[in-house]
Amino acid sequence: MTDKIDKEPADTPPRASLAPETIKAIPVRHYGRYVSAVIVLALVALLVNAFATAEKIQWSAVGDKLFDSTVLAGAGRTLLISVLAMIVGVVLGVVLAVMRLSKNPVTSWVAWFYIWFFRGTPVYVQLLLWFNLALIFPMLNLGPIYKDEMTDVMTPFMCALLGLGLNEAAYMAEICRAGLLAVDEGQTEAAHALGMSHGRTLRRIVIPQAMRVIVPPTGNEFINMLKTSSLVYAVTYNELLRATSTIGSTSYAVMEMLFVASIWYLVMTSVFSVFQYYLERRFARGSSRSLPPTPWQKIRVNLMAFSRERGV
Amino acid sequence: MTAMVRAESVHKSFGLVEVLKGIDLEVKRGEVFCLIGPSGSGKSTFLRCINHLEKVNAGRLYVDGELVGYRQKGDKLYELKDSEVALQRRDIGMVFQRFNLFPHMTALDNVMEAPVQVKGMGRSQARERARELLEKVGLADKADSYPAQLSGGQQQRVAIARALAMDPKLMLFDEPTSALDPELVGDVLDVMRDLAESGMTMVVVTHEMGFAREVGDSLVFMDGGVVVESGDPREVLTNPQHERTQAFLSKVL
Ligand SMILES: Nc1ncnc2c1ncn2[C@@H]1O[C@H](COP(=O)(O)OP(=O)(O)OP(=O)(O)O)[C@@H](O)[C@H]1O
Ligand SMILES: [Mg+2]
Repeated sequence: MTDKIDKEPADTPPRASLAPETIKAIPVRHYGRYVSAVIVLALVALLVNAFATAEKIQWSAVGDKLFDSTVLAGAGRTLLISVLAMIVGVVLGVVLAVMRLSKNPVTSWVAWFYIWFFRGTPVYVQLLLWFNLALIFPMLNLGPIYKDEMTDVMTPFMCALLGLGLNEAAYMAEICRAGLLAVDEGQTEAAHALGMSHGRTLRRIVIPQAMRVIVPPTGNEFINMLKTSSLVYAVTYNELLRATSTIGSTSYAVMEMLFVASIWYLVMTSVFSVFQYYLERRFARGSSRSLPPTPWQKIRVNLMAFSRERGV
Repeated sequence: MTAMVRAESVHKSFGLVEVLKGIDLEVKRGEVFCLIGPSGSGKSTFLRCINHLEKVNAGRLYVDGELVGYRQKGDKLYELKDSEVALQRRDIGMVFQRFNLFPHMTALDNVMEAPVQVKGMGRSQARERARELLEKVGLADKADSYPAQLSGGQQQRVAIARALAMDPKLMLFDEPTSALDPELVGDVLDVMRDLAESGMTMVVVTHEMGFAREVGDSLVFMDGGVVVESGDPREVLTNPQHERTQAFLSKVL
């Protein structure tokens, strides 16, 4: 090979200097895509038609009640209880994860037991347990600090918060534990070698890096929470499902009000999905050489490339 | 004057496997002390014992006259609390084979982290000092880069600056150039050479025999958890006395 190049006369121009012509080829036709698109469109049309022409659905009721103040208040409570329960879950989850990984066998077993119980029983059952606590403990007596009737303490709101939050903590603990374990041991060693204490190493070095692993499943947990919160219907907390069902049964528009509820659940989960995308992007910082573009940036780049092609 | 590091019959086992089988050595102040030996001979383990990342099972290890990781009262030894161990580690810088920079922080933040968090230095003062150190290792223009955006050689130089930010009296290097492409090794060795000239006491585990010969003041050859041979690097490297040293050197040189 090398002697062949050597034999070439020195004055021939190097080939690379001639830019090759841009390829203009006829693209492969994907007939399968057209066929499947037609089939899907036809099925969607049938489905829409079935619902739209169903005489028993009063579509006007859906529109009327969508922004009804009771419904809006219910949606607000769904959001509120989901956010608060999630906060309880995350905070307690982090604590449980650290306890579970601690060298102290007592704390580690306490955490193990907590997770075992709260993951091993259905949330619905846990909610009912909180709701009916007054049956076995009519008084809440915390010695000199606090004393009150259990039914006054365990309001529907408290039942919902404890039921959802404590259950979530067990799941969050496992997510956080996986995140903490995913951080390279060399990071802890480097921090210790610099004279950082255990706690500071955890706070400044390990947890921030674990976040990249923790955030995506936590987002999913929150989306699940928005939906699972409909179970607190059972403890008479007046969230979205309960609010819409109450209207539904009094106005004989059961299905319509379930549609209203579905629309609001979809709105909330969709908005949060977008939010989650940006959150994940933020915590990816430093893990790769450059962050992936946001959808907006992608659109901008595409538009610019398009206008350049058109010579604008 | 006491030695900077004194090891007296240091033993270390992992489970049933004895990795260090009685290490005796002394690192004098201001000297560059090189540790060489085949893979698995216990070099890293010994280095990690010096700043108590590993617990010594038997024997004594002193840094600057102070017992590492324990307190002796009469003939009883008490384990130090985490916070006391952390206090001892402040004065000992360590540079790892795989850099171990904090990936979620810029180069500058990596260097500032310990002075601010551990020493409670003010942020602006720490930032100024960090910039000086980055300049010293030739990376003034990379202050705002994240580790993933730096080459291996640059990352290792940031790691050296990070260790220096705590003003250590002793620096430990565990094969600082082994994970680097050959053309990047020189930059890191240059920084280490400057550091040696400034009078820093350094314990260096290395496979760079050229560096050991040129910069080293003492050299120890370890094999199977014991010190086989020690002395002046030029002496040991050119005229090894022990059979095992000869065999090892004939393979790496
Ligand atoms: N945490 C650990 N648990 C169990 N065994 C270990 C541990 N750390 C090291 N060892 C063992 O101790 C021995 C010495 O390891 P060490 O890392 O000190 O060798 P080394 O001389 O640094 O080798 P290298 O040149 O490959 O880095 C090896 O056999 C290794 O497998
Ligand atoms: Mg090693």
